[in-house]
Amino acid sequence: MKKSRFPLYITIAILVFFYLPIIIVFAQSFNASRFGGAWKGFTFDWYWKLFSDKNIWHALTNTLIIAVSSTFVSVILGTIAAFALYKYKTKLQVSHNVLIYFPLVIPDILMGISLLLFFVSLKIGLGLLTIFLAHVTFSISYVAMVVLGRFQDFDYSIMEAALDLGATWWTAVRKIMIPYLMPGIAAGGLLAFTLSLDDFVITFFVSGPDSTTLPLYIYSMMRHGSPSVINALSVLMVAFTFIVVFISKKLLEAKE
Amino acid sequence: MDDFLILDGISKSFGKHKVLDNISLTVKKGEIFSFLGPSGCGKTTLLRICAGFEEPDSGRVILNGVDITKLSPNKRQVNTVFQNYALFPNLSVFENIAFGLRVSGIKESQLNDEVGKFLELIQLTSHAHKKPDKLSGGQKQRVAIARALINKPNVLLLDEPLAALDLKLRQRMLVDLDNIHDEVGITFLYVTHDQSEAMSLSDNIAVINEGKVEQVGTPAQIYEAPRTSFVAAFIGDTNFFEGDVIEVDEPYSKLRVDGFTEVLAYNDKKIKKGDKVHISIRPEKFTLSIEKPDLSEKYNSIKGKVEEIIYLGYHTKYWVRVNEFLVETKRLHDRYMLDEKMITWGDEIWLSWHADYCYRLWQSLKAKLKKRRTSYK
Ligand SMILES: Nc1ncnc2c1ncn2[C@@H]1O[C@H](COP(=O)(O)OP(=O)(O)OP(=O)(O)O)[C@@H](O)[C@H]1O
Ligand SMILES: [Mg+2]
Repeated sequence: MKKSRFPLYITIAILVFFYLPIIIVFAQSFNASRFGGAWKGFTFDWYWKLFSDKNIWHALTNTLIIAVSSTFVSVILGTIAAFALYKYKTKLQVSHNVLIYFPLVIPDILMGISLLLFFVSLKIGLGLLTIFLAHVTFSISYVAMVVLGRFQDFDYSIMEAALDLGATWWTAVRKIMIPYLMPGIAAGGLLAFTLSLDDFVITFFVSGPDSTTLPLYIYSMMRHGSPSVINALSVLMVAFTFIVVFISKKLLEAKE
Repeated sequence: MDDFLILDGISKSFGKHKVLDNISLTVKKGEIFSFLGPSGCGKTTLLRICAGFEEPDSGRVILNGVDITKLSPNKRQVNTVFQNYALFPNLSVFENIAFGLRVSGIKESQLNDEVGKFLELIQLTSHAHKKPDKLSGGQKQRVAIARALINKPNVLLLDEPLAALDLKLRQRMLVDLDNIHDEVGITFLYVTHDQSEAMSLSDNIAVINEGKVEQVGTPAQIYEAPRTSFVAAFIGDTNFFEGDVIEVDEPYSKLRVDGFTEVLAYNDKKIKKGDKVHISIRPEKFTLSIEKPDLSEKYNSIKGKVEEIIYLGYHTKYWVRVNEFLVETKRLHDRYMLDEKMITWGDEIWLSWHADYCYRLWQSLKAKLKKRRTSYK
């Protein structure tokens, strides 16, 4: 029987669909033309502009502060939530699960508006703190879901075995449970980090005057600034993501 | 030897379901003591109470004279071999075994020596740096045992440690377990639903059914002199009869078993004319012969017809119809196919057995008796 070429064509089509835009952005970031389009010669100008723009650095700092802190907090809270969902099977189990699932399925815009109303009614000034709280709110759910997946085939009797051998509960958690959950915690943390990095909709609602994050700034640049600088920024972000994914993959392989 | 571990009136319920009902047992120092019972009878729950993972609703656990009922698991001088091994997946064999010593904060050099000794005991020295998922079932089991033994517990609890292994490996591990027990001299509390495991390993067995202790005794006592119909049926095969005492002539009495015959039985406790009694006779206690045997008056003998035969190699099971009863019997072969007379379907044969082989049951289950009359089990 002759092998059909069809799957190959599909694969190529999908790859083109995914990566062509990125390639175009990559090429345009070196295009001397101010608004993209026709090739006007090679230049590093946009990258220089990018690095000399103070606002971008400010936005980037904000973004990183929020991403790191919200990831840190949501990893801890999400893991604890996953443990509770795994360990305590009560009558309220279903409603607890729904509570954790909810932020995953609710539209961002709803979440953004409701958080905004919430903060305003509590008279919390919009700024980095509110963005941080908002990001923690949805990140917890992602972390909890990923860690819960890891818990699914966790045999609680290994915790009992550790206690049985004289370990305190905390030692058992540290030496047995957390190492076991680590792949899930790391994956959940990575997910939370990237979600926080590029969240636009929710951040848009809860940000204040001085707390512009990178996605928000890019949006305003789209409207008022130069698209070519955005291209350069995009290329750097893709490169950064690629490096992070590559490193985390290497780390996981090394652990095997 | 002293009573070492005492379970005193332990009861435990999960919701409305009473899993353990007033269990009292004493275990002697250094012995292998088994909890034997069918699935769901509460063996694991009882073991978990000994380990400290469950607290009984009432009753006490006393180890070496100290009440440990409320002590947390990590403070008890008791270690467990879990049913599913429960090895730490992220640690190597060495680290698994070393875990108990590490949390007790022992010096590194001493730790290496000690772990090395136990690796040798379980013959896994060359596998020390493997992760548990790279081991076979029997190897995992041995690691679990070494890990539990390294803290030198007063009692080692084993929860069906061999259930997941195949028959051959199980038999080898039984021998290994026995050797390890001889080596370390620690009291073993062994949970199993497998009567042959319990019989071959234990010094004493407690047969448990539906959360109650049916009988405690040595393997021989449990097998040869079951006190209840449950024990008789659970440990090995047996035949049940229900009869009325029609004549007492100490130490024997004559019973009339409806639908069977008159049976001469040994009186293991006081009995009087007119009493209703239940007896059990093991299949191998019957002698089968083609001619009417010439035996003393202490023997019962009756004629029957062979209805079913199962050849099992070293022995054959015969179900013999005697009036309304189908009696299970067993015959060992030493000269099968030589000069041993063959017995086949439909043969009229004689069953005979000594009066001493009729065991009086202290309590019986009517329903079970009726079923046994016709079933082939
Ligand atoms: N944590 C629990 N919550 C509710 N019911 C339980 C719990 N643990 C055990 N049971 C019930 O208690 C009964 C006895 O359980 P246990 O595990 O002690 O049985 P077992 O004798 O060890 O059985 P097996 O041979 O199958 O392991 C079972 O009916 C079980 O459903
Ligand atoms: Mg069990």
